[in-house]
Amino acid sequence: MQSSLAVAPNRAESTLDSERVFDLRTSTVRELNQKLHSLSEDTNEKFWRVENPRGRHAIAVGLDLPISVTINGHVGYYCAGMNKRADVTVQGNAGVGVAENIVSGRVHVRGDVSQSAGATGIGGNLIIDGNASARCGISMKGVNILVKGSVGHMSAFMAQAGTLTVLGDAGEALGDSIYEARLYVRGSVASLGADCMEKEMRDEHKAQLFKELESAGIAGEVDVSSFRRYGSARQLYHFHIDNISSY
Amino acid sequence: MNEHFRIPRTVPRKSATFDDASIAEIRRAAATGIYDIRGAGAKRRVPNFDDLLFLGASISRYPLEGYREKCGTEVVLGTRFAKKPIELKIPVTIAGMSFGSLSGPAKEALGRGASAVGTSTTTGDGGMTPEERGHSDILVYQYLPSRYGMNPDDLRKADAIEVVIGQGAKPGGGGMLLGQKISPRVAQMRTLPEGIDQRSACRHPDWTGPDDLEIKIEELREITDWQKPIYVKVGASRPYYDTALAVKSGADVVVVDGMQGGTAATQEVFIEHVGIPTLAAIRQSVRALQELGQHRKVQLIVSGGIRSGADVAKALALGADAVAIGTAALIAIGDNDPALEAEYQKLGTTAGAYDDWHEGRDPAGITTQEPELMQRLDPVRAGQQLANYLSVLTMETQIIARACGKSHIHNLEPEDLVALTVESAAMAGVPLAGTDWIPGVEGR
Ligand SMILES: Cc1cc2nc3c(=O)[nH]c(=O)nc-3n(C[C@H](O)[C@H](O)[C@H](O)COP(=O)(O)O)c2cc1C
Repeated sequence: MQSSLAVAPNRAESTLDSERVFDLRTSTVRELNQKLHSLSEDTNEKFWRVENPRGRHAIAVGLDLPISVTINGHVGYYCAGMNKRADVTVQGNAGVGVAENIVSGRVHVRGDVSQSAGATGIGGNLIIDGNASARCGISMKGVNILVKGSVGHMSAFMAQAGTLTVLGDAGEALGDSIYEARLYVRGSVASLGADCMEKEMRDEHKAQLFKELESAGIAGEVDVSSFRRYGSARQLYHFHIDNISSY
Repeated sequence: MNEHFRIPRTVPRKSATFDDASIAEIRRAAATGIYDIRGAGAKRRVPNFDDLLFLGASISRYPLEGYREKCGTEVVLGTRFAKKPIELKIPVTIAGMSFGSLSGPAKEALGRGASAVGTSTTTGDGGMTPEERGHSDILVYQYLPSRYGMNPDDLRKADAIEVVIGQGAKPGGGGMLLGQKISPRVAQMRTLPEGIDQRSACRHPDWTGPDDLEIKIEELREITDWQKPIYVKVGASRPYYDTALAVKSGADVVVVDGMQGGTAATQEVFIEHVGIPTLAAIRQSVRALQELGQHRKVQLIVSGGIRSGADVAKALALGADAVAIGTAALIAIGDNDPALEAEYQKLGTTAGAYDDWHEGRDPAGITTQEPELMQRLDPVRAGQQLANYLSVLTMETQIIARACGKSHIHNLEPEDLVALTVESAAMAGVPLAGTDWIPGVEGR
């Protein structure tokens, strides 16, 4: 995993495609995004490297092509927001809302991420090698998020669908008001939020978790039996007087 | 004996404080243990456009000839940053109402009616449907805290994007859609289990505060290559500050929705007691725009209780660029129709008072997801009714503008207005009729 740190994915395999470099010291984020949006479906400019991101916001947002973008450095808010099909790697840390509303494709952050990582994501994969701050996977709607470190408080708040896998610990109020998303946590959970409960880890869940680990390239390294599963108790699905303290 | 009958008796007297509605609500609360939920906007009387009058022309100002002399009604929205601003032929737009709260045929009717007269419609808390995109020439796509159905393809299909911070009926409240209306299609669009009582978030999941909003707007612009106007919609509560902050955050258009504004489903206590009247909000928003040098550059859309061309003209005279309608549009397509009185009676209500829009049993087929009820609404006919109504609103606005000597509806100004009450004079910042007195303005 770590050995490919400085190289764009698949670079070595590509003979025809040469990597394009975009330096944000000399160009703007607007120029970068415009360029990436204007590529045609059959482009042979499939590999992009972005240098000197220096914490800028909205880098590589709204991509909708099977291209690969590697960003060398730290990024600000909403990096790879609403990503479709593209494979975006951040060789650094990411600010608020990385891969927010991701639809498909894959976003991989090598460092830590701030709040609301993968918020409202509807598909695709978000992999975070470091830790994620509060509200990781908030309102997620189908995205699969895997965090190798720990997640902060209120993670998976109102999570509707998809999977949040955490190799480390989870903060307070995990899965508050959760709907049908699945949560797998290997470490400790500081507390569960309203209507979130621990659930039995059956074979089907172990199989699903294995796939998650596989897609992050760590299937062999981590034992699925070391995780616990959390999900909705489904007690708040209907307004009811007995639940009044939870609303 | 006879003497006894001669003693005058008191008549039964109901309390002004404990009136029928208050007593009924106490009894309902005691029986159920849960707050009341309903649709529509505030029902109590608050200072409103009826408290204002136009002065018309006089010796010092001459009127324009009806029909012969032009009085322009077009509005351009999003001229600040968007590469493709929106051009409306009339100053009235259709406000955001979700598919889910409204039926598919109702959304189609709104699209047909609005498109026929050259104005826009708006999606709502539930995503964009092909019906509404297909039947709306100009469609504004709402970006809400729940982000139900949000995706970049629909974002690019939209003609403008409206970031919803709040709604006049419930500033600070999230969406609500009860189980009866979470049909398989609605559930699928919102990624929710069928039939649950949906609670949706009141705050955006990935930003808080004006500095974040600025970055969020930048992201939306980047995703859509700076093509589309970005609106910011707020419920009227602190309109001066909210308008200023929306402008600072980079909005092209600010939408301010007053407390009379309709909702699909909200707690009654919220509807009636949170937020300020539309009339009280407009001048404050306009002042913020003027102080920032952005009046008419960042456009202002006002909504909440707009019924007639007079209301439209008054909102514009106070400084709005356009208005949006929700409730009135639903009435135009058939909501609360007296012809359905027998069915309203069965629901324990009467035409004109029906507001249980959250229950999904609307006999008019508008606020429902029941196939049998939905098919009662003919979207073509209903669309025509809406087009007629929008034309009347526009003509009425022109009649007033011409009477005030204006060759464009945007030339209406506060100086054309007076107020009937001290309250409305203070809120609208216009003199009390027959005086020079504007309460609250220094030196008057
Ligand atoms: C049935 C219904 C559904 C609504 N749904 C939404 C919504 O999804 N998002 C939103 O911002 N406002 C929503 N609103 C509020 C309208 O956009 C608008 O602010 C309001 O209706 C304007 O006031 P009026 O009804 O008095 O014209 C809804 C209103 C109604 C009546």
